[in-house]
Amino acid sequence: MLSEYEYRDNLYPGHMACAGCGEVLGLKLVLQAVGEKAMAVVLPSCLGIILGPFPYTTFKIPVFHAAFETAASSAAGISNALLAQGDEETQVVALAGDGGTADIGFQALSGAADRDENIIYCCFDNEAYMNTGIQSSSSTPQLAWTTTTPLGKSLKKKNMVEIMGAHKIPYAASACSCFPDDLRRKISEAKKLKGTKYIHILSPCPTGWRFPARLTPNVGRLAVETKYYPLYEIRNGQEYTITHHPKNLPVENYLLAQGRFKHLTKKDLEGIQKEVDARWGELTRRANKK
Amino acid sequence: MRMFLTGNHAAAYGAKLSRPQVIAAYPITPQSPIYEKISEWDGQGALGARMMRVESEHSAMAASISASLTGARTFTATASQGIALMHELLHFASGMRVPIVMVNVNRSLAAPWSFWSEQTDSLSQRDTGWLKFYVADNQETLDTVIQAFKISETVFLPTMVVLEAFYISHFMEPVEVPDQKLVDDFLPPFEPAFRLDTDNPAAFSQTVTQSQYAQFRIQRHQAMEDALEVAGEVDMEYQKAFGRGYGLLESYRLEDAETVLVTAGTIGCTARVAIDELREEGKKVGMLRIRLFRPFPKEQLITSLRHAKKIAVIERNLSPGQEGIFCEELKSALYSRVNGIPVCGFVLGLGGTNVSPLHIKKVFAITEQMNEAPLKPILNIEDEDAFGI
Ligand SMILES: Cc1ncc(C[n+]2csc(CCOP(=O)(O)OP(=O)(O)O)c2C)c(N)n1
Ligand code: SF4
Repeated sequence: MLSEYEYRDNLYPGHMACAGCGEVLGLKLVLQAVGEKAMAVVLPSCLGIILGPFPYTTFKIPVFHAAFETAASSAAGISNALLAQGDEETQVVALAGDGGTADIGFQALSGAADRDENIIYCCFDNEAYMNTGIQSSSSTPQLAWTTTTPLGKSLKKKNMVEIMGAHKIPYAASACSCFPDDLRRKISEAKKLKGTKYIHILSPCPTGWRFPARLTPNVGRLAVETKYYPLYEIRNGQEYTITHHPKNLPVENYLLAQGRFKHLTKKDLEGIQKEVDARWGELTRRANKK
Repeated sequence: MRMFLTGNHAAAYGAKLSRPQVIAAYPITPQSPIYEKISEWDGQGALGARMMRVESEHSAMAASISASLTGARTFTATASQGIALMHELLHFASGMRVPIVMVNVNRSLAAPWSFWSEQTDSLSQRDTGWLKFYVADNQETLDTVIQAFKISETVFLPTMVVLEAFYISHFMEPVEVPDQKLVDDFLPPFEPAFRLDTDNPAAFSQTVTQSQYAQFRIQRHQAMEDALEVAGEVDMEYQKAFGRGYGLLESYRLEDAETVLVTAGTIGCTARVAIDELREEGKKVGMLRIRLFRPFPKEQLITSLRHAKKIAVIERNLSPGQEGIFCEELKSALYSRVNGIPVCGFVLGLGGTNVSPLHIKKVFAITEQMNEAPLKPILNIEDEDAFGI
């Protein structure tokens, strides 16, 4: 059965994402949930390509393709300008990649969150700079292959949801483009709140993660069901809610489904499993604290 | 109303009277008093604009661009390191054809750290596609900010109003602050034909092909060329409405002048004093002050300088390995149109050092003896023997 959202698709067909792209799937869901009374900022990223070349657009809502590090500041400019003109209704959504969010646009995002700008910020996390050719970002997970970490990344992944939660904004959440209802509900939640809302959307990328395009939904679901990437939300920086209870599958099911992790040893996998369990323990402790 | 104002406060009054809807700003010496004055009005509920106290100049410019795209009138102010940090977005703003008005308080760029007047910060932004006014006093600051909105919103290009650190920014002068009603009549609300609008959705600034890009660039250049006429008309209209106009260039005792000083900013005010004194001694000297630097009023420059025998340029900026930027631009404007006039470039007042009437007189004396334009900028006029005076 179609949910209420399916009737308002705000993305035209014919976009230029790769087959099986998890990012465009997430984008479609976000735009459905955000509705027609909205304006978007996109950045140089796969999203900028999905938007399409002049004079075409795949977005049904007004959109500004802004400079790479300005998703938050550009969205905040729009939101303030709308308020200055008496428009309190239009939603302003910033749509950015993980590089545009966790690296180069981080200062602007932190500034906007600090000022509690009235925006919904969506980070589409494909865990690398994909548009420029799969280079490592601070959101690339440890040990993952990219073109700039040919032996696997030595550093750990930056946890943007926790960082944004620590800004004490009204709403920070993790989501995944392969959990459509959860993602759209989170956007709907965000729409109800004033201030800065941050939604981090894990977006499986067959091109960069090295898996067959038809497996995108499986890979995304495995990320969540193995607890590698838990789905949860944080309100006002303190109220944690886990929004999907994972099946607790072994982490290697997720990792070994992808070419970027194919070099992992048994020891690597055990190490990651341990870490994932510890992180889950901490998350459930926070969620049960209420 | 006549008020006793610093240049910074004159800029703030100019902005407030123009009824901006969004002001995004970040503090930096010597711009901060503009930001503080506007915040003070905001605190009193007297501003009428939404203030964004952003975390960097980069975000100030980003927010100004997107705010302007919704059809909001936007103002910001910065200086030195701040305008340098904005650089990427200054190109973006003119590419988006958003009529933002920005005050830049000219300040020396690090390193080493220094806080005084120098023009290199704004001149480094020469090719960003912004209109650039260099003003000479506090009244001109206020008036030019109001004019800038009108010009920008006509040609859809952003404008920078440049005033010098401390010589204008912190110096107090009597300033005529016009009535709001007069300004409202002069400057109608900003109503762009294209804007971010949910009733008429469109995408702004997507990727383009090579030839589309070339066309956009040429259009921007043409808008800049149109701005020359528009700036002249707006100044005349302003003169009619407020009784004060400036022209795109200021000519001072130029008619029969044989040695002409070309300069910009406050050095122009000092030069008037020096020129009056030299005229009393019977010297045929005059001045041309560049007020509008982009678009560059080449034809007017050529016409004004056609009868000069020798030209001196004094400026507070230096392009390392070349010369002063105004001098370079002037030479390029005169080339092949007005031949044989030596143009002597003096780079004085760097880092905010004082350029006094005495210095200016010396510059005239040196230039009068010059038969050929020096290939290098003259950086020091203290050593009189070197010039045989
Ligand atoms: C200031 C600046 N530096 C670098 C770039 C080049 N650039 C464009 S897109 C991109 C990568 C985007 O990666 P990400 O934000 O992770 O989004 P994705 O492509 O993965 O969707 C880079 C580095 C740019 N446009 N601007
Ligand atoms: S590279 Fe990855 S994220 Fe980008 S369009 Fe292709 S599949 Fe989507």
